[in-house]
Amino acid sequence: MTQIAEPGERAATGFAGTAAERKPRTRKKFNIQSVLGTTPMIATAIGVFVICIIFSIIWSFTNSKLFPNFNFIGLAQYERLWANDRWNISVRNLAVFGVLSIGISMVFGYLLAVFMDQRIKQEDLFRSIFLYPFAMSLVVTGLVWQWMFDPNLGIQSAVRQLGWANFEFAPLVKQETALYGLVLGGLWNGVGVTMAILLAGLRGVDSEIWKAAKVDGIPTWKTYLFIVLPMMKGAVATAFILQMTGIVRVFDIVIAMTQGGPGVSTQMPAVYVIQHITDRVNVGQGMAAATMMLLPVIILIGLQYLLQWNAQRKARKAA
Amino acid sequence: MKSVVSVVALVAAALLGSTSVRAADVEVIHWWTSGGEQAAVSVFAREFDALGGDKWVDTAIAGGENARSATLQRILGGDPPGAAQFNPGRQYEELIAGNMLLDLTDLATKENWAGFIRPASISEACLVDGHWWCVPVNIHSWNWAWASVPAFEKAGVELPTSFDDFLSKAPKLQEAGIIPFAIGGESWQINGAFGVIQTSLLGLEKREKILKDKDLELAKAEMPAVFEKFRQFKQFSDAGSANRNWNDTTNLVVTDQAGLQVMGDWARGEFGVAGEKAGVDYACLALPIDHPTVSTGGDIFLFPKQSDPAVEAAQLKMASMMVNPQVQALFNNAKGSMPIRDDVDMSLADDCMKRGLEIIKDPANIAVDAGRWQSNDTTGQFNDLVAQFWADDAMTVEAAAEQYVTILQNAD
Repeated sequence: MTQIAEPGERAATGFAGTAAERKPRTRKKFNIQSVLGTTPMIATAIGVFVICIIFSIIWSFTNSKLFPNFNFIGLAQYERLWANDRWNISVRNLAVFGVLSIGISMVFGYLLAVFMDQRIKQEDLFRSIFLYPFAMSLVVTGLVWQWMFDPNLGIQSAVRQLGWANFEFAPLVKQETALYGLVLGGLWNGVGVTMAILLAGLRGVDSEIWKAAKVDGIPTWKTYLFIVLPMMKGAVATAFILQMTGIVRVFDIVIAMTQGGPGVSTQMPAVYVIQHITDRVNVGQGMAAATMMLLPVIILIGLQYLLQWNAQRKARKAA
Repeated sequence: MKSVVSVVALVAAALLGSTSVRAADVEVIHWWTSGGEQAAVSVFAREFDALGGDKWVDTAIAGGENARSATLQRILGGDPPGAAQFNPGRQYEELIAGNMLLDLTDLATKENWAGFIRPASISEACLVDGHWWCVPVNIHSWNWAWASVPAFEKAGVELPTSFDDFLSKAPKLQEAGIIPFAIGGESWQINGAFGVIQTSLLGLEKREKILKDKDLELAKAEMPAVFEKFRQFKQFSDAGSANRNWNDTTNLVVTDQAGLQVMGDWARGEFGVAGEKAGVDYACLALPIDHPTVSTGGDIFLFPKQSDPAVEAAQLKMASMMVNPQVQALFNNAKGSMPIRDDVDMSLADDCMKRGLEIIKDPANIAVDAGRWQSNDTTGQFNDLVAQFWADDAMTVEAAAEQYVTILQNAD
């Protein structure tokens, strides 16, 4: 998560710095201390991310089983991958899960942030409560949700015992609804952190704006939606990227809540990858799937850099 | 509940992995976490510790898939456990080819393993190119169904005499408030039951032609009927089956909430732990009922190569202990599996195990476990397919059979 969140941070702070540095050209290009300080991180980033990713891609063109090898078999792994029902279902699930999770958590996160922004008493307490789920492992929360959704011991049986004998609420047992059960479980984790980031964004908006809006007689809700929200683009982008990276590699909550079932209806790409490089001992197939997972991430990062570059160019023009 | 155990076990495994193991400690990775299984594995641990000096360090990881993954990753990562459980077959073929396992040939020759391990198909799982690479510890057969006698009595019907007979009686069970067909939603459980029904419908010969010789034409002709039959069972399963463990599912039969479960004979351990009596509280039906067979599944232990000679000596001691007739008797009685040798005292065995031991005497009754012919990759694809078919009513029998043939065709 951190490695992809980084560019976002840099967008917020770093570029302002480089833009300022650009003018006095006489300054030394590299500061020895900062180079020394960042070397381990650079080495890790290149060693762990770049080299590993390159090997993953290379192995995806081989027939590697338990031990990676270099017997190249062309695109066979990719052909098998895309002919596989389970993989196609996984990709579709990821799309649905992603759109729902991000959409709902952004909306609710923003609503919660607005609520917290009303200078309520006990704000700290509420913030802790909302943020707490994020501190917990998805395995633990996933299990708890699984129990709550279990028809024999969860919400359904509790309500039935209260007298509503025909009450039905067990999303995980049916393949049509299981994915939405997962979304619910995931949201509980994700909304709090979205709220925290958006709240920070809200607080960052100049209070003069509010005063001006008041003077103009704009209703509060309109101010929140049409004036303040566009002004906190950075916070929204950060929350979005953070969610996105969590979604692409969603794994633990699936294992804890459904194990991909019923059938294969809640399978996700990351589960496919992990299962193939471990128990199914087919590293080549796993790597092909991993490479496919990398694609949207690369596109996303590319898009982000494009936007930054664009913003930077505009800023330079303005200066 | 079991998932909590698995989380705890994973954490424990991580902790154990990080501390260095004492010279003669042998860390054993296995997935025996249910009540009956724990009783069995503690026989091994106790007997090994009783040999003196060396110590059994238990690393239980719930779920065979998780445990095998952990073992493989640790071997690849250069931190192999002292011993690890696998199922006999192709799961560890690359470890043998990569020369990462301790060669047990000298010990096996000295103790004449080949002489007493029966049937031959059991030793074949470990005896590769004249070398012994692992120790078979038991024989487990998938081809069983477990019926609750009180449940059938409550519904007022006799125990089933065939799958078709069961399907005709199942509505009666349902009327009596009993889940007729207990099955857990994990893919291996579903595919396991599917395999048993497949064997029943096709017979051993056709099954072997399809699974071993990959006879695609035969598969095309026969598999639609198997899928068709399998789908009929679904209406008699319960809503809670999604994601349910096998032993929680067995527990439904133990507590007479469910009528019948198709599950391997490891389920018997659960009845034993609950104090149930074969023939009175539950019945074991060897399948197919008109011509009972035993499949040669089970468990093996392999011993990854170690740098420390003290550990290696302890590994050999452990291997020898595992085939010891007395240990075999104690272990298999607790586990509910059949011993890998004939000369053990099975006087403690219950009627179900005696039945199994009777069946296994005739080689014609042996259904070689499909894991001998299929890699884990192929088995996994079948698991996915059958689980998808079970859950997805929109998937047609023809589509499922077609995919079955494709997987078979591409199997390595």
